[in-house]
Parts: sequence; structure tokens; C-alpha cells
Amino acid sequence: MSRISRLPSSLLRVAACTGVAALTLTACGSGSGSDSASSGSGTVKVGLITKTDTNPFFVKMKEGAEKAAKENGVELSTAAGKFDGDNAGQVTAIENMVAAGVKGILITPSDSKAIVPAIEKAKAKGVLVIALDTPTEPESAVDALFATDNVKAGELIGEYAKAAMKGKTAKIAALDLAPGVSVGVQRHEGFLKGFGATDKDVACAQDTGGDQSKGQTAMENCLQKEPDINVVYTINEPAALGAYTALKAKGREKDVLIVSVDGGCTGTQAVKDGKIAATSQQYPLKMAAEGVKAVATYAKDGKKASGYTDTGVTLITDKAQDGVTSKDTAYGLENCWG
Amino acid sequence: MTATTTPPDTSSPYADLKAPTTARRLLTAPTTGPLAALLLACVFFSVSTDQFLTGGNFSLIVQQVMVVGTLAIGQTLIILTAGIDLSCGAVMAFGSIVIAKMAAEGSLPPLVAIALGLVVCGGFGLLNGTLVQKIPLPPFIVTLGMLNVAFALTHIYSEEQTVTNLPGPLTALGETFPLGHTDITYGSLVTIGLFLLLAYALSNTGWGRHVYALGNSPEAARLNGIRTSRLTIGVYTVAGILYGIAALLLISRTGVGDPQAGQTDNLDSITAVVLGGTSLFGGRGSVLGTFIGVLIVGVFRNGLQLMGVASIYQTLITGVLVILAVTVDQISRKRAR
Repeated sequence: MSRISRLPSSLLRVAACTGVAALTLTACGSGSGSDSASSGSGTVKVGLITKTDTNPFFVKMKEGAEKAAKENGVELSTAAGKFDGDNAGQVTAIENMVAAGVKGILITPSDSKAIVPAIEKAKAKGVLVIALDTPTEPESAVDALFATDNVKAGELIGEYAKAAMKGKTAKIAALDLAPGVSVGVQRHEGFLKGFGATDKDVACAQDTGGDQSKGQTAMENCLQKEPDINVVYTINEPAALGAYTALKAKGREKDVLIVSVDGGCTGTQAVKDGKIAATSQQYPLKMAAEGVKAVATYAKDGKKASGYTDTGVTLITDKAQDGVTSKDTAYGLENCWG
Repeated sequence: MTATTTPPDTSSPYADLKAPTTARRLLTAPTTGPLAALLLACVFFSVSTDQFLTGGNFSLIVQQVMVVGTLAIGQTLIILTAGIDLSCGAVMAFGSIVIAKMAAEGSLPPLVAIALGLVVCGGFGLLNGTLVQKIPLPPFIVTLGMLNVAFALTHIYSEEQTVTNLPGPLTALGETFPLGHTDITYGSLVTIGLFLLLAYALSNTGWGRHVYALGNSPEAARLNGIRTSRLTIGVYTVAGILYGIAALLLISRTGVGDPQAGQTDNLDSITAVVLGGTSLFGGRGSVLGTFIGVLIVGVFRNGLQLMGVASIYQTLITGVLVILAVTVDQISRKRAR
């Protein structure tokens, strides 16, 4: 194959014609959709943009939004980034939804700061933008926020761990999310605050991305570094279950206290099975439902939702500690997601 | 290699003696399939949703593909030489953090910061090309390693922080100008300009012919007096500079320097190249094909979103199209023999 491929001139002509056609269309096209007027179909459209398509938390959030959309008689469309942190994918989704004529957008920002310019553009076109689960930076970049108070979620398990240790000296391992991601930072800080500790008291801190296999690896390494760890704070239940597997391999699963955040059904079941001591349950379905409702209200009478609405967090454990309010796993399993 | 039937999509120096008809060439040109797919998709979405066929929406699609499109130009050049670059997205991310931090927190004037970003990305390309050529190592391995190096440097240098409050010149390409009733992004023009520039260079200059020759047979190219070593390193370096331009486009599009950016762009750019009819075996294809390829992805993403279809289906369709495109490439190669 020692030939040189060259574009036939006729093909260039076709391409040129297509280009000219597109430009003509552009020049006489019906504008840039600069008004978010409702589409021809007449129903109100709501867009939901999650961080990823695959995380059960967001799958559940979508279900909550779909159910609420039916109840409120609005049409829901969804989109997501390709990976956790995919800002460009979320920007593209916002643009496409504005072009589709949505009345409001619900978004769980992958990058709290980077998404702001795109949100401002959407708001300028009269679209109501609500953040779910994760606040933007600044928080005022969106019209409203429906989220778990992640600091409080961390505090609850911190207080619980402190009470459960009953004055024993704690050797803490922290299985975190990823550097600089606000959700992870807030839970970690909250845990330390609730426990009454500082970062100096953490014997081993590792990033897991909230992933079970990475959680296991991190715990194995922590045990290598610090064999007598006895309290494990985890960013979410997959990381907690990974930690449990690593501890079990060392025969330490009975004497190490694992606490977590999320309240997914698998995680809550793990609390019931005694693998995780306690978890702070959050309510993604509620976030989505409230968000959809807010957009429906805005479409009906132009009233914009505003400010921060805490969608609540509950400590779930079957080994309740004095002085720390909690509910048992029966309640947890009834209200879990995923 | 002597072929009794010259494939119509190629032209040897003696092709003019055979002079296949325009119609026949058009039917068998490597970009015909992708172009047909793109036009069919456009027709389908125009019928399915009335928000698709507007100037504003077309401008939006081009704006959405400009970053991956610019990366894909560099990727096309490298794939034409039978190489592959897995590091493009990570190199771009590093370049964007360099530009953003230098301009926002350093004391460099914006234009100098941009130039530095281009130099840094070009340097990565130069390093890739040198390792591929001089040691030599397989491009897949070199760029896989460089992907990790660039990714780590991005996160170390940015300290995981998104860089905000950028000076105006950095985001100037994200500004729009009106054309008729439509707002066009300056960055879109840069990308289209780069596509046209590289298309011209590949089809009308000696350098371009050498790139194809190198991809078809490095040995034959060397025996014909082409300086293959310099050419390879040059191609990787040019690709690197293109990633630097993509970095600037990325900043201008999002208005920030984002260390998380570009994580799947390496595969996305390869997808665009393959959809555009360029062969992964090297020596066959074109950057205009890649432009069509990147538009196919953008049109499906935008059109399905306008229809209210979940984005996971766009991923599904893209996957099917990639396999189709490679199948078509293989069949046409068989027929060419």
C-alpha cells in the first residue's frame, strides 16, 4: 500500500456545498434560542444533569425525579457526565437542555467552580437552575440548593464513633473521596469535628474515589502502615465494604469500628449484618422530587425557589449509643435508596 | 505491491492515466460513508425535533466539539503515521492548567502564558515522538506512560484546585459574534480553520505526502529518501502544539482552568478519527473525515438530548458506529487488494 490518499476534488465540492448550506441556514436560521420559550409540545420540560449515569445514587435520584415529573405533569430529560469530575460533559448537557427549551435544570455539579459560567448563561436565558446534592462555588451561582448537610452527616458518625470507643485510645483511618472534592472534604471535616479530633490524630488517610476495590486496597495499605487501627471513617459504603474485606482478611473485622455515609440499601444492609457500625443516611429521591416540584411551581406562577434546603440526614445503627440520636436498620432499610 | 485495480480513493502519481469518473471516486472515497451518516443523522433529528434545524443549534454543536475536534486533528496526524496517542487529553489538561495558573496567579501577561502553554504541550509531543522514534518504543506504550505523567503533573501543579478569575484574553475565544441571527463562537472558527489548514497541508504539500507514505510503509518511505525520523518527531510535536491550542479552547469554553478535564478525551478523539474513516493501520484517511467524525458524535449527543433521550444511549450508538466504521474500512481494504 504505497499510495497516497488524496481527497477527490468532487468530494471537496460536496463538503463546500454542505458548508455553504449550513452557513446559509445559520444566517437565516431562526435565531439562537435566546428565549427559553416552551417548546411546541406545550408541556413544561425539566432537565436533570447528574455527575455520572452509573452511580446508584444518581440512578436513584433519576427515579425520584421521574416519579415527581409524572406527579407534577412535567416532562423530564436527563444527562450526565462521562466520569465523576467531567465538567465539559455537564456544560454540554446544560447547553443542549437550554436549546431544548427546558424551564428548569437540576444539576449535581461535578466541579463546583468550573460549572458556574455555564449555569450563569442558562440563568440569563430565564432558566431556573437548582443544584442537588453538591453546592456550587459560590453557592449563590444557582437559584436554590437541595442537599444533604455533608458536614452534619460526618459529625453524626464522628459523635457515634466517639461514644462507641468509650474512652479507648483511637487510631483513626480515613478512607476519603478525592482531593479537593467538596463532598469528601466536608464529610471528613465533619467526622473529625464530631469525634473531637484533628487531622493530626488520623493515622492513615487514603483516597478511594468512593470505590469498593480502591477502598480495600487503601485499607490493606493502612493496616500495613498502622496495624492497630481501630476506627475507620469511610466516605461511602462501597469504600466501607472494601475496608471490611481487608480487615476480615486480617481477622480484625470484629474489633475495628467502621462508620460511613450514604444510606444506600446495600450499605444499610451491611449495617444490619454488622459489617458497618453506623452510617449517615441521606435522601437523594427527596432532593430530586423537591427540585422537580420547584421547577413546576416556577413554570406555573413564576415563583423561583431560593436558598438552601436541607433534605435531611439520619444516623442508622443497630448498636445505639447514649447521647447520640439514631434510628435502627429497620427504619434505614425502609428509607434506603439504590 | 502492484495492484491491477487502483482503488479510486487513492491517487498514485499515475492515477491521472486511469482517471476514474468523479461519481465513482465519490462513492468510494473514505469520507463518503461518514458524510452520509452525518447527513442522515441530521435529517433524522430535523424530523424528530423542531429545535434541531436552527443556526443557533448548529453553532452550538460546533462549539461543543471544538475541543475534542482540535485534539482529534493531532490524533489524526499520529494515526496516519500508524501511531496512536493516548496522552492527548491529559497533555491538554496540563497545558490548560499551566496557561490558567500562569495568567491568573503567576505574573505572566496572558499572551505569554498562552504561548508557554503551547510550548509545554509541544514539548510533550516532542518527547513522545523522540521516545517513539529514537529508542524506539511502541507509540501505545509511550503515550500510555505520558498519559499518567501528564495527569499526575496536572494534579500536582494545580493542587487539585480549579483556577478561576482568569484574565479576559484567556477566554476571548469563548466570546461570540453575530452572523445573521446566530451567535458564532470565535473558538469554532479557530477549530474549523485548523481543520482546513491541516487538510491542505496533508493533501497539497510534500510534507503531507510524506506523512501518508510513512504510514503506509516506513521502510519504503525511508528508501525513497524521506527523513522518517525527523518526520515522525515532527508529527508528534505538531500534534502536541495542537493539544495546546485545544487547551486554550477548553479554557475559553468553560471559563476556568479545570484539573479534572479531558479524562476521556483521548478515546473520544480516537473515536472521531475512526468514525471519519481514517485507518488505524496508518496511511489512509483525512482530517476532513475526522471533522465529520467529531460532528457525528456531537450531532447525536445534541439531537438525542433535544429529543429527551438519556445520554447513555448516545454512548451506545457511538460504540456501534465505531465498529461499523472499522468494518467498512476493512472491507474496502480487502476490495483494494
